[in-house]
Order: sequence, then structure tokens, then C-alpha cells
Amino acid sequence: MGNIGSYEEKYKNFNWKISEQELEYGKDGMYNLAYYCCDRICEKGNGEKLAFLWEGFKGEEKKFTYQDLSVYSNVFAKYLQDLGLKPEDRICLFMERIPELFISFLGVLKMGGIVQPLFSAFGEDALFTRLEDAGTKAIFTTRKHVRKIRRIRDKLPDLAKVIVVNAGDKPLEKDEVAFSMEDAPKPENFELYKANPEAPSVLHYTSGTTGKPKGAQHVHASIIAQYITAKWALDISPDDIYWCTADPGWVTGTSYGIIGPWSNGTTQVILDSGFSSAKWYQFIEKHKITVWYTAPTAIRLLMKDGTDAVKKHDLSCLRHLISVGEPLNAEAVIWSKEAFGKPFYDSYWQTETGAIVITNYPGMEIKPGSMGKPFPGIKAIVVDQKTFEPITTPGTVGLIALQPGWPAMFRTYWNNKEMYDSKFKKGWYICGDRSSIDDEGYFWFVGRDDDVINTGGHLVGPFEIESALLEHEAIVESAAVGKPDPVNMEVVKAFVALKPGFKPDADLELSIINFIRKKLSPLAMPQEIEFVKSLPKTRSGKIMRRLLRAKEWGEEIGDTSTLEDD
Amino acid sequence: MSEEIKKLIIEYVEKEYLEEEDEQDVDENTPLISSGIVDSFSMVSLKMFLEKKFDIKIPDEKATTEAFDSVNNIMELLKEFNVS
Repeated sequence: MGNIGSYEEKYKNFNWKISEQELEYGKDGMYNLAYYCCDRICEKGNGEKLAFLWEGFKGEEKKFTYQDLSVYSNVFAKYLQDLGLKPEDRICLFMERIPELFISFLGVLKMGGIVQPLFSAFGEDALFTRLEDAGTKAIFTTRKHVRKIRRIRDKLPDLAKVIVVNAGDKPLEKDEVAFSMEDAPKPENFELYKANPEAPSVLHYTSGTTGKPKGAQHVHASIIAQYITAKWALDISPDDIYWCTADPGWVTGTSYGIIGPWSNGTTQVILDSGFSSAKWYQFIEKHKITVWYTAPTAIRLLMKDGTDAVKKHDLSCLRHLISVGEPLNAEAVIWSKEAFGKPFYDSYWQTETGAIVITNYPGMEIKPGSMGKPFPGIKAIVVDQKTFEPITTPGTVGLIALQPGWPAMFRTYWNNKEMYDSKFKKGWYICGDRSSIDDEGYFWFVGRDDDVINTGGHLVGPFEIESALLEHEAIVESAAVGKPDPVNMEVVKAFVALKPGFKPDADLELSIINFIRKKLSPLAMPQEIEFVKSLPKTRSGKIMRRLLRAKEWGEEIGDTSTLEDD
Repeated sequence: MSEEIKKLIIEYVEKEYLEEEDEQDVDENTPLISSGIVDSFSMVSLKMFLEKKFDIKIPDEKATTEAFDSVNNIMELLKEFNVS
């Protein structure tokens, strides 16, 4: 039996006040979520407890107690204030997974800023789109990534400060400032920004089918949901050693790589390196990790390396395994039982929901391949795709719909209220995913309801890729779709028509692939290019992605009567 | 010949996967995937480069993160295709 106890009992009698009371949220008028992730833990007498252990690729380690978290986040907050930054300024974190990335997240919140974490593998185009939309005022980066910012800075008039962490000896350019967390003055006290519960906290960008990526804006009160879901769904407690493999450039890496574990007073471990099954198993064994939150893509990569690789290590420390990002296939659940002696528990949520909304719980029977059941306090149903009326017949596929009102729900899309409003139909928030519900209340994921590509657990917008493709000198028309992939669920495939004078060959294919990887990100990089003479379009000239995607998935193409040509 | 091939791959990795401000040096033993220099998605472009350069086809089951984790590992893989 896990922290949640009886799921049925909790679901029936739940109220978010339970979480607020445990956290003492709002005590003495304090609503700033950063306080609950470090200062409160110290005030409870646990300042000397290890908040996180960081391990670099070469095995170097750094340790930070909750007291260190409290002090160093104050360092960041004071530094930003002294630079002239104000509450609600958007402050971007664009760094690899170094300790400063995690601590600055709290520092920004402490001075009232809105944190805008971005995945450090983003290329300059992806970075520019998101910084421009947010009107970002300052950005923390490292020497490794600063050049990407230099290439776009002239086009970003709002970006007043570029702060280079651990800048090294090489000189910086004009208007860049070097910052060292450890060498910066430590303020004796820092008066936290008196955020109200609805004050903006985090801005996470996510992709849609059309238009630019959208900034899902969250508020300080989100911690009410992140705290209790971490406790009940991830089943963490202060005695655990917890590892979340997600990068804080994505929502999992902040909701459950920062806020969830630290508000619970848990010790987490962070590995700043690329994927290697041997290294991952060594890491688990060395640090005696008890709770592990990772993604199906990683699990399938581990599967590829076999159970023998697992058996070389003593992983008996693992107590609870959870997965997020894309549907966890039944084979992965079954393999995990064989390899680790316990299953991975699937969890479902998205950038907009801010916290887990449907999941499997310790103590509950797992049906391999199912997403599980709604979290207490979350009313989830499926609705008809056309009428948005609730579907009551078990096994019928519809759109996943949530009743608005849980604390971690996004409050708007930055600068895009119209898009935000379009997500609600007949009083329900429509997630954009299709699912059915069986006669025992388990949800079964079917797929996306739009053209967004879910690759390796990350959503990639086809429009952004198509626009970037058109910047390539050889391309006159482009379309991007998801194609099936055994490891990443989907990968990007691009269809391109060439300008006269360009020859479709392997050199050009590699050039296009690398072009997108550098402009946008490795996730958005097409893993296959198909050269076509022209793309199928509707009479109004819109590219028929549906047709291209259906061909990749071997699905029925459906009505093609509106096609102009084929 | 094999030294030339190693040099070619190292140059490609440095040009395509390192930022100009990146202070990391790459040699034949430098971990590529596990260090994060080349992420598992970008491995596809490295594979494509090798296939194109040496006119070979590397099956997916051989394109593991381990096989691509250093230039020396890649050299071992290439031997299977009589490239050395």
C-alpha cells in the first residue's frame, strides 16, 4: 500500500484542501511556491537534509542541502533584483542540467519573476520564437549555448540581460554578464516576493498543429497539485532517493524534477549526461534510488539492451517505477516486471495540466497498456469528437475532457487568450488526446486528435518544422508528419518539393536534416526526408497532412474529393 | 586508412554537434552519446553521414547507442561493413 492508501476512498472523499493543509499553504500570507520547496523544509528543522546530489558525466558530484537551496536561491533572487529585474518579468533558463538550472528556478520565483525554462538543445530559431513571444527580459545561459543567443539578440529588443553562468576566462561580448552562484554575495535574508496564489509562476512553451508554440502560463498555487500528486502518484516521501530523468526545459522536469520532490522534502539525484543503459543502471545502484520517474522512450531503449544488462547490477533498491510522456505499451510494462521485478506505472498529463491527471497508483491493479484512473480531485471523461457530449458507453473512443478547476491547470496561453478559450468546449477542457474508458474506469490511450507529433514524449508542432524547412535554400514546399517508430513512438518525417536546379540525393537529405536540427532541435529533426514533385493540397491550397500521415501509418485515407492533385 | 576515417568522423562530429563556444575536445575515445555530445535523436544524422560517406546501410538493430558511443566504437561497427 502506497502513500495514497485506498484509491477509491481517496477519490470519493478528496478535496484539494487536504493538500493545502499538509503544505500549510498560505500560512502567514505566504503563497510563493519557492518558499515551500526549500525555506519551509528548513523551518521544519530539515535544513541539513540533502535536497539533491548532482552527478556530471565524468562522475564528478556536487551536493546541496535544503539549507543550500534556500541560500543559493536567495543569491539568484537578489542578483536579479540588483540587475533591475521586476516581478512578472519573464526570465528564461537556457542551460544544460547543471545545479544552477535547478536552483535558479527557485531564485526567479523568489523575486517574483516568471520562469521560462527552455530545453538547452533548442536551436536559434526555436529559441527566438519563444523569447520573442514571451518578451523575455533576461536569460541565464552557459558558455556552451551563448552563441545561439548572440545570433538572435539583435531581433529581441526586450532582452535586456544575458547572464552567462560559469563563463570561464574567455571575454564576453557587450551587454553580457558573467555570474557564479558560488562566488556571488550571499544575502543574509531575502524578503520573498509576496505572490498571491494566482500570480504567474512558470511559462512552459508547447507546440500545436498550427501557428507558433504557445506559452502555457501557470501560477504559484500549482504547488497544491504538484505536491500531492508527487506524494500519492509518484509515491515519494522524505525517506526516498528519487530520480526524475526529465530535463527542466520540459514541464515534467519542473513539476516533478523540482516542485514535487522538494515540496515533499525528498532527496533527489540528478544525472547530467546522455543516455547509456550501463550508466543509468550504475547510477541507480550507486545512489540506491528508490523511486524512478522516466519516459517510455527511455524504457524502450533499455529494453533494446536486454535484461542481461540489468542483471549485472543490484537494483533491488528500486521500490516504485513510473513513466510519463507518451503511452506506455503493454510490452514495456511486462518487460519491466521481468527486468526489475516490478512494473512501470503509467501516468498521463500534459504541459497545460501542470500535474498528473490520470495515472496508475501503488496498490491498484495495473492493466498493462492502460493510462490508469483520474487522480482524486480530477473529473475526467471522454466526449464525442463532434458534439463534445459525454460518452457513457464503455470502450467507445472520444476526446479526453477534464473539468476545469484543479490548482495546477494553466491559466492562459501567453498573448493568446483566443487559443486558450478554444480549448474549452461545453465547460470541459479538451486535452487533444483520444481515449476510451473501460467498464472499470480505466483509460486507454488511442492517439492525438490533431497533427502534433509526439516523439520521445515531447510534442513537436509540424508548422514550426515546415516553416523552418522553407528557409532551406533547396526547398519550395514542405510538410511534416509523425511516422511510427518502435522506440520514440513517432519520429518526424518531412516531405519536400525542391526548387529547380536541386537534385534529390543523400547529400541534400543530410543537409536538410542537419539544418533543422540546428535551427530547431534534435527532436524536430526529420529522421527521414521524402522528395516529392508536389504536395497534396486541398482546393484552397492547404497541404493535406492528414493524407501523408495516413500513408505512413497504413491507415485508410478517407475522403480525398477535396484534393487538388495527388 | 583507418586513421583517415577516424579523422573524418571526428571532424564531422566537431563541425555538426559542437557549438563554437563548446570547450570540449573530441578524440577517438570521447564518449559521444553517453556524454550528450550527440543525443539519441541526432544519432540518426550521424548514422546517415556514415552510410552516405561509406556507401553502406547500417541496420537499425546494429545502430545502438553503445555502437555509436565513441569514434573507436564506430570504427568497430564499420569493420563489419568492410570499412577500415
